[in-house]
Amino acid sequence: MTGFPILSLMLLVPLVAAVACLVVPREQARTVALVATLIDFVLGVILWANYDIGGAQWQFTENAALFAGFSWKLGIDGIALLLIALTVFLMPICIGASWESIDKRQGEYYAAFLLMETLMIGVFAAQDLFLFYIMFEAGLIPMYLIIGIWGGADRIYASYKFFLYTLLGSVLMLIAMFWMVNEAGTTDIPTLMSYNFPVHAQTLLWLAFFASFAVKMPMWPVHTWLPDAHVQAPTGGSVILAGVLLKMGGYGFIRFSLPMFPEASAQFAPLVFFLSMAAVVITSLIALVQHDMKKLIAYSSVAHMAIVTVGLFAFNQQGLEGSMLIMLSHGLVAGALFLSVGVIYDRLHTREISRYGGLSINMPYYAVFLLLFTMASIGLPGTSGFVGEFLSLMGVYQISSWVALICTTGIILGAAYMLYLYRRIAYGEQKNADAAAMADLDKREWAMMVPLAAVVLWMGVYPESFIAPMRKDIAALDARLAQARPKGDAQPTAGKPMAAHATEHNSAHQGAH
Amino acid sequence: MDFARSLALTAPEILLSVSGLVLLLVAAWSGDKASRLVSILSVAALAAAAVLVAPALWGQAGGADVAAFGGQHRADAFAAFAKLLIYAGAGVTLIVAQSFFDGAKAMRAEFPLLVLFASLGMGMMVAAGDLLALYIGLELSSLASYVMASFLRTDERSAESGLKYFVLGSLASGILLFGMSLTYGFTGTTSYAGINAALAAGLSTGATFGVIFMLAGLAFKISAAPFHMWTPDVYEGAPTPVTTFFATSSKVAALGLLMRVCFEAFGSQPHAWQQVVIFAALLSIVIGALGAIGQKNIKRLMAYSSINNVGFMLIGLAAATKAGASAMLVYLAIYVAMSVAGFVAVLLLRDENGKQVEAISDIAGLSKTRPWLALALASVMFSLAGIPPLFGFWGKFVVFQAAVQADMIALAAIGIAASVIGAFYYLKVVKVMYFDEAADVVKGRGETSHTVLLLLSVLAISPLGYLGTKCLGTLAGYAAASLFPVG
Repeated sequence: MTGFPILSLMLLVPLVAAVACLVVPREQARTVALVATLIDFVLGVILWANYDIGGAQWQFTENAALFAGFSWKLGIDGIALLLIALTVFLMPICIGASWESIDKRQGEYYAAFLLMETLMIGVFAAQDLFLFYIMFEAGLIPMYLIIGIWGGADRIYASYKFFLYTLLGSVLMLIAMFWMVNEAGTTDIPTLMSYNFPVHAQTLLWLAFFASFAVKMPMWPVHTWLPDAHVQAPTGGSVILAGVLLKMGGYGFIRFSLPMFPEASAQFAPLVFFLSMAAVVITSLIALVQHDMKKLIAYSSVAHMAIVTVGLFAFNQQGLEGSMLIMLSHGLVAGALFLSVGVIYDRLHTREISRYGGLSINMPYYAVFLLLFTMASIGLPGTSGFVGEFLSLMGVYQISSWVALICTTGIILGAAYMLYLYRRIAYGEQKNADAAAMADLDKREWAMMVPLAAVVLWMGVYPESFIAPMRKDIAALDARLAQARPKGDAQPTAGKPMAAHATEHNSAHQGAH
Repeated sequence: MDFARSLALTAPEILLSVSGLVLLLVAAWSGDKASRLVSILSVAALAAAAVLVAPALWGQAGGADVAAFGGQHRADAFAAFAKLLIYAGAGVTLIVAQSFFDGAKAMRAEFPLLVLFASLGMGMMVAAGDLLALYIGLELSSLASYVMASFLRTDERSAESGLKYFVLGSLASGILLFGMSLTYGFTGTTSYAGINAALAAGLSTGATFGVIFMLAGLAFKISAAPFHMWTPDVYEGAPTPVTTFFATSSKVAALGLLMRVCFEAFGSQPHAWQQVVIFAALLSIVIGALGAIGQKNIKRLMAYSSINNVGFMLIGLAAATKAGASAMLVYLAIYVAMSVAGFVAVLLLRDENGKQVEAISDIAGLSKTRPWLALALASVMFSLAGIPPLFGFWGKFVVFQAAVQADMIALAAIGIAASVIGAFYYLKVVKVMYFDEAADVVKGRGETSHTVLLLLSVLAISPLGYLGTKCLGTLAGYAAASLFPVG
């Protein structure tokens, strides 16, 4: 590709804007933030347009040996491209969601968000193990501040929980990284992805990485920070947390755990399946009884992410592609749902489901959008949620019919809690006068909802646009995993024709089979 | 080795002694009104000494031709690295002390001289090649430090801190001397090289005791657990510029001394001290972290944080490799920058009467009233906690990498997991400043010199610091290499 360092530029733009936000008068901080995120979005579009599908595995590579022990090495493949695209797409919407609801310390708020954007793009673009770690960990600081300063009543507890949980998960990964670099003699991620670590060492390394990614993902039972963090974070924070931050765990599995430790991944697949099955059922049931809208969506996120992990550990192309699509779709849909909650929260300042009701009467457009996103979350065909979940479950069915069976109940339960939520908010009588008096979407909210809805439908109707860039990379990963692929439990066997018939009508029977 | 060569090798020490003595006369004749002049000249003397020292570091000095006075003093790259950090810490102390003591109406012309003599002693500590030179340097710096701790004579806490420091420091010196005498008795020599050669054949029980007692005495000086008890009281009670000096220069000197003793004197028997160091390291990390949680005074918190950080540095020592030694030096350099930033930021916390604000509850909501100061202090806290992208992470990074390379994976895993406990109290300070309602106590404006120092040190610990990792790593590598003459 061209020698132009577009990835560095994408990292630099929000970083510079973050500093600018601290300096400019606070009324202008949001404008600076919006402009910067839109510039990054345009750069993202250029990135995608110039991405050569089917070309080199790593494109837009940059390498500058700036530091001792690791280097400024960037580059993306199709998987990273899609996640970067998701990030830069969601960021302007996050800024829009915060446009009026943030009324204190705007400068610091937007600075934290822009710093977050830099770090998230950095995580997906890093090609150096330690550069990845720095970006991965650094995200804790702005997120801690976002939850703690602009969060709700219990924000301090939530911010501590978020920070310490994820930190504990990550530090062990750092030790594992030291060992790997010591063993392989390089910090280059593409090289490490094809390095064969000794099988006995893979076990511990896998567990160390798992400790970090499972918390970030989050997997049951270390998911408890997520509902707390979501409920307390402001709308923009929730969107970015659900939309992009949770994807770092899945990205970690795809980029590190699976290709670097294929044997250990196969060895631990039953553990992952068990935790995921538990998560699907338990968190879906918990979601069913929530009174707080944001908590409900947070628990549903845990359930969706569990389907991502089963798909990843299915060790086949459908499962991996499906998982990637769920991650993208969930980024859009969960983001959109938190945004929808934010829209009515801004009007009534409560997340209690029972305080609303009959919104489809006074907010018809809002109800339509909410219905679309609800359906996408359930996984209705034609929306983005369907494609990924279908592929992922199909992938895991080849490995274990039981896992597929139990995880599929998640779709039914998902339909239950989402439709129940929708009924209580949008249908029925207008029980509360103040809720009934709320105005429908304004222009700013339209501008945020329409792009989200459009992409959700696009991904549902023509997913090929999103599968094409990553197909080759998923195939490469699938080939890498082939050496360790576990045997499925439902291997079809050829039928045994009866002896007498076999001799007489052999050819006819073969034709019939 | 002729005498002139020895004098040339000790030029920085000679410069500091002579300028100290001359300035003492200036102070004696002109009285306290000359204190500003004496301070400025002392800083100049330190800067000149640093210029004299620097070539040894860049020139990778080492081996036999840097030994002065029959091996008593070694002017090698390691000594140069440590001395540069010591002089930097001393220079910062002098710059911040002037206005601090002026404000308390307690500035005397003797203060810069004490700093000068303490730095001289510290320089001798890290350059010592013999137990006798070690002890002279140690006592010279300690005596000056005791006086500095109680420099605010009218302040009860300052006097108490000086007394505590004196009593416990003397006890530590006694333990160290006892260990030295045992070592001398069982090896028949006081020179590091001689001890190393004598121990190479095997370690007798008596010599083991000598090693252990020396390590215990030195653990006192570096405030490693379980010999850390004096640290919080002294850090809290001593005037803040003096605390800065203890947290930077004293720490560098004591750790440098410990490294040289471990590698040069006991290098042939690493197993004798590795276990002790591992124990002290893990205990320091845990005690430093747990002890800090309940603290209400920010200086006490920084004291526990220093215990915690010493634990991480000792992990580099426990690796007992060249990479470990180099990692430790990198950590030390970063720690000096973090401490300077932290204490200068504390110095800038003043209420409307210009009085020092030390209670953590008084800095509540600082981010609303003084956003830039809060940002600086938050950077220090995240950096001390070792959260990337701040530069404090790099110190932990190199230390743990060295431990993993030395195949001490369990130690590294336990140590880094314990660092999460530490993160809790650093977060608490950030929480108080950013999440709580403004207490609005901090009103006073600081000196320009303080602000400039804070800006420089915060820039050093900001992510920009990573651009310096190559240079820092190379220099620390030179310094560490001079400790391992064979390798």
